[in-house]
Amino acid sequence: MSTEVPPLLRLQDLQTWYPIREGLMRRTTGWVQAATDVSFDIAPGQTLALVGESGCGKTTVGRSILRLESPQKGVVLFEGQDLLELSAESMRAARRRIQIIFQDPMASLDPRMRIRDQIAEGMKSFGIGVDENDRRARVAELMERVQLDPATMDRYPHEFSGGQRQRICIVRALAVEPRLIVCDESVSALDVSIQAQILNLLRDLQDDLGLSYLFITHDLSVVRYLADDVAVMYLGKIVEQGPTQRIFEAPAHPYTKALLAAIPSIDPMQRGGAPPVMGDVPSPSDPPSGCHFHTRCSVVMDRCSREVPPLFPVTGTNGTKGEQGRSRCFLAEESESRSLG
Amino acid sequence: MSRLLEVRGLQTAFPSATGETRIVDDVSFNLDSGEVLALVGESGSGKSMTALSILRLVPKPGRVIAGEIKLEGRDLLDFSVSEMRRVRGGRIAMIFQEPMTCLNPVVAVGAQVMEAIGLHDQIGQVDARARTRELFAEVGIPDPEARLDAYPHELSGGLKQRVMIAMALSTRPEILIADEPTTALDVTVQAQILALLSDLQRDRGTAILLITHDLGIVNELADRVAVMYAGRLVEVAPRQELLSNPLHPYTRGLLRSIPALSPPGVRLPEIPGVVPSPDHWPNGCRFSTRCGERFEPCAEIFPEETAPTSDRRVWCHAVDASSRDPEGEAL
Repeated sequence: MSTEVPPLLRLQDLQTWYPIREGLMRRTTGWVQAATDVSFDIAPGQTLALVGESGCGKTTVGRSILRLESPQKGVVLFEGQDLLELSAESMRAARRRIQIIFQDPMASLDPRMRIRDQIAEGMKSFGIGVDENDRRARVAELMERVQLDPATMDRYPHEFSGGQRQRICIVRALAVEPRLIVCDESVSALDVSIQAQILNLLRDLQDDLGLSYLFITHDLSVVRYLADDVAVMYLGKIVEQGPTQRIFEAPAHPYTKALLAAIPSIDPMQRGGAPPVMGDVPSPSDPPSGCHFHTRCSVVMDRCSREVPPLFPVTGTNGTKGEQGRSRCFLAEESESRSLG
Repeated sequence: MSRLLEVRGLQTAFPSATGETRIVDDVSFNLDSGEVLALVGESGSGKSMTALSILRLVPKPGRVIAGEIKLEGRDLLDFSVSEMRRVRGGRIAMIFQEPMTCLNPVVAVGAQVMEAIGLHDQIGQVDARARTRELFAEVGIPDPEARLDAYPHELSGGLKQRVMIAMALSTRPEILIADEPTTALDVTVQAQILALLSDLQRDRGTAILLITHDLGIVNELADRVAVMYAGRLVEVAPRQELLSNPLHPYTRGLLRSIPALSPPGVRLPEIPGVVPSPDHWPNGCRFSTRCGERFEPCAEIFPEETAPTSDRRVWCHAVDASSRDPEGEAL
């Protein structure tokens, strides 16, 4: 990412752990290590995809940014301010600039409220629009922008299809004029034909409004279409990050390679092959020692279970100069020292 | 390969304000022994309801109103309740998307599989336990002896689905109906379960009716594919032909809108609009409201079945016209 433009969002060493409380006195007996040492930048108008399987901590990171969770450590710099230092009141104001869209629109819309009122609620609370009529006109304009018929604004959520409901959630987020939208599995529950419509819409809105997205997903095929950069998480830590094209064409971390290889191909000439990794993801309350992935890794070495690998720089392949992201794997260290020597 | 299951003109309906709405309409297909047939479609296409109709498990007040479901020549719709109970979990077994909802949370998983064996075979506890242990080993459950006494919440999602598969196989079914068997699983675990299903089909010769929305899974597992849209079949073809040369405009749109296929930076081809709800289905081709190749007859007249080659079927006026027209595109 370019260093000239200051990032819109910068995460530094974010840590969010949940206490495990047991017994009558609710004493803390352990920690679910949901997110540890998470750092990344998102530039204005750019999309970072945070990918991983269930329990990897990607959702925790998204929620921590909005302070819907309480991180123990780290810095969340947004437009130059550390959100973790803000008072409750200043944080409320900052939420106007960061919105979140969830997986299940039915769960995030109020079933007993007209969609017009739900969209206008945020505007009203942040003092956008001079009066009811003004806000109504804005709702109509925004609905048109996402290809919803403004004539339906007085209807209730159940009167819309799943894809339309997700458009309503997008309108509601846009209504308060955010700079960053956290999309938490926002297209995962949609049918593929509707998913394509919503992905195109998100891209159009980004082009027109200069929005940034933190796109949280388990589905790598969606990532390639939308993201400029990718960060892959496994058991609470980022194991690899870098430009989307490099991640897809030359993944450095064995886990990223496994994730990519596990996607069923739709190329009819290609099928079969052994599953890329065996076993399930271990529990984040008791992660393996050393590299968290060593219990499932096909190229595991002796040191992997003893030492915790840091993020090593990944250099570009075939002619691309400079750093192409980072990988939390000792193999990246070896290739780094080879290229230096 | 012999014909195991023959579904003819299946119609399943639910009562509605205007009478009855057919959510599965005139669906016909065969399943041969040892083959994997994928039933593909988006939500509301009727694919799961077709599977439930075969087992006569359509939730009330829905019911099968027409058609035949022949298992080696005998129509399951004529079976008595007790005969049908022996078929379910006997000759035809089913696994579902969410294993947690199918397992009893307060009974050890081994005991649940043993109970299923006991319902269909007269065998003692010791033998049932031994057989369950063998099944656990066969479906790749590590340390099967210890897992027999585990409760569902002690197992990961992938292991629970393996237990469900073990239970389904316990009576050596000829047909396994798998309804979105990997949709709730992570992608690395999904790859393991798909490999397991593929091994079972090869080693045991079990025929699989695979219900899925994911064409990647179809490619991984299926021999033949039947595509459904809004309660109707639109196209049936062998896997390779369907994926490399889809004929129906809906199948083509579905394939094109998969993000992985689009080169980065290029806009995704969309299918415009939404699937109409069952009470708003057009009289003619159900896809006509969204189809880019729609012409005069599409909205009003339902297309006849066309068979471009002996192993393909498609329901589309455009395909029908071009196959009749000698000047048209060769099929």
